[in-house]
Amino acid sequence: MSMKTSNRQVDGVTIVDCSGRITLGEGSVTLRDTVRDLLGKGNKKILLNLGDVNYIDSSGIGELVSAYTTVKNQGGELKLLNLTKKVHDLLQITKLYTVFDVKDDEASAVKSFGK
Amino acid sequence: MSAHRVSYTLDSTLDTVNSAEEAASQIATEAGFGDEEVMKIAMAVREAAVNAVLHGNAYDPGKKVMVDFERTAENLVITIRDQGKGLDLAKVPDPLAPENLLKTSGRGIFLIRSFMDEVEINPSTTGTEIKLIKHVHGTAVDGKEASQ
Repeated sequence: MSMKTSNRQVDGVTIVDCSGRITLGEGSVTLRDTVRDLLGKGNKKILLNLGDVNYIDSSGIGELVSAYTTVKNQGGELKLLNLTKKVHDLLQITKLYTVFDVKDDEASAVKSFGK
Repeated sequence: MSAHRVSYTLDSTLDTVNSAEEAASQIATEAGFGDEEVMKIAMAVREAAVNAVLHGNAYDPGKKVMVDFERTAENLVITIRDQGKGLDLAKVPDPLAPENLLKTSGRGIFLIRSFMDEVEINPSTTGTEIKLIKHVHGTAVDGKEASQ
């Protein structure tokens, strides 16, 4: 199963609901294109909802890092929401859990973005 | 239990990565590993196959990736070979070093080592061979009771 995304706006924050696999090839490209498109439209507060992402490989991890730094370099914020255990564990062992701002409640995650 | 061996010769494409991962998942399941261990084995194989296709063979249609699964009473041994120039292990960065944390690549071998019990990497000028070993514990008849 490849990755799918859909976007919604909540209080100025773009929530990207992701599902499927973020892996080398299609999944990574989908994430990259989605973030690039949002930035191009001026949406710089991005909350990636990974609740339905059941698998991610090292390329997918790299794509998350790329998304994070790209958004940050453009003066925006990118945060992660609802990590599955697999993704959580992967971010832990790669020491990225402390790099990303990881949230588990959508409402408080939206409020945490700067005005 | 006698040894079981399955070998594949695959093209240097992304389909090979998915095929190797699926085969690993199936064989590890049949060997009796639990879901979490199956996921780790399959992911390690995926990462090794990615390295073989991308970095080893560089998508060269004239080069192949050989994947070999061997199941014994003690171990599941997976060997992946490419026909590239040979991995330079000295150039593989530590992905946990602070200066490398935000790099977008370089985590594959680290994840492989994290997920498998033993990993041997043998680069040569004619390609790289990586051997991934997962120990089977508590194997009973036909491997049905194997667990981690």
